Amino acid sequence: MSMINYAAREINCKIVYYGPGLGGKTTNLEHIYGKVKPDTRGKLISLATETERTLFFDFLPVDLGTIRGFNTRFHLYTVPGQVYYNASRKLILKNVDGIVFVADSQVERMEANLESMQNLYDNMAEYGYDLTRMPFVVQYNKRDLPNAAPVGGLQAALNPGWEPADPSKARVTPDPYHAGENLVDQLSSGEWVERVAHFQAVAIHGDGVFDTLKAVSKLVLKALA
Amino acid sequence: MHPGAATWSFDEEDLNAITRTVSRFLAETGAHSALIADRAGQLVTTVGQPLKFDPTAFATLTAADFSANDQLARLIGETDFTTLFHQGEKESMYVADVARRLILVTLFDNRTPIGLVRLKMKSVVEELTIHLDRVFSRAREAGTTQPNILAGAGDEIDELFNW
Repeated sequence: MSMINYAAREINCKIVYYGPGLGGKTTNLEHIYGKVKPDTRGKLISLATETERTLFFDFLPVDLGTIRGFNTRFHLYTVPGQVYYNASRKLILKNVDGIVFVADSQVERMEANLESMQNLYDNMAEYGYDLTRMPFVVQYNKRDLPNAAPVGGLQAALNPGWEPADPSKARVTPDPYHAGENLVDQLSSGEWVERVAHFQAVAIHGDGVFDTLKAVSKLVLKALA
Repeated sequence: MHPGAATWSFDEEDLNAITRTVSRFLAETGAHSALIADRAGQLVTTVGQPLKFDPTAFATLTAADFSANDQLARLIGETDFTTLFHQGEKESMYVADVARRLILVTLFDNRTPIGLVRLKMKSVVEELTIHLDRVFSRAREAGTTQPNILAGAGDEIDELFNW
């Protein structure tokens, strides 16, 4: 739930990084924390176990600039990826404005990715949120590993698309991030499908981290406009 | 299905009304500071003595604390816990739900009796609920909502991320 504070001239929005355990959600936040100017970010809060696995969430507030005299403040959260932490994972999704799904590209993690994506849909639906109409992007992390699955396969499994919610969106819409690809496209069967933007990343080196953050933040602000 | 969470906004007048109510409560109880966050953990304002810690992080952790306790309440058959009390050796905090929208955190030292905070909390929560009802009913009334500050700002948003 974005909050516009006219007194402080701030727009506050909440973005959640979701995905399977050890997929790199916390690493995304750590990279952002390390790279943005200290005066534009707050503390990185981690509620983690002794072995540095996220127990409840990680939290990082960042300011991404001013628009029409209002400071845009994004609250970035991660959820614990491990399956048995669903109760706390669901709490973090409450009042979310935008979602980043961080998938682990390794072939062996495909099932964990699918399970987590299904869990995301289910938890969102329980709050009455429709993921297909919300600011949402997918990040394929760990692209540098030798056992990384091809992006095409990951897309087919995790971002296969859905029928455009709004019939007026049923027109070919190019993917601004990948030349030659479309976000909304017509299949040979005549059906229209809409996919979300996807990004390749090596979060541990920072590759793709800011591209993902920029894309989801932009979608969140455009949803307010 | 609702596409996502709604937006809410408040202006200077709303904030002044909230601040006046909370300031009076602080004076009546002797508590030194208060912090108000929304249930998503976003800081709304602080009242009283300046806080010596990061209020943004504090707001987020308070909201998480509250949400976790809400779930614990359900597990034991309650719908929610409307207040939480954390007692320290010198500093303590009393956390109260306001209309399931906001969280009021009152910080006080051991010179303030908890009974007094608890006693005065009920009326401050009622008063804050009235202020909030006004904020939300105004948002519902078509034509009287705050103008959408980002209306037509598509190009400016593109520009903002041009780095």
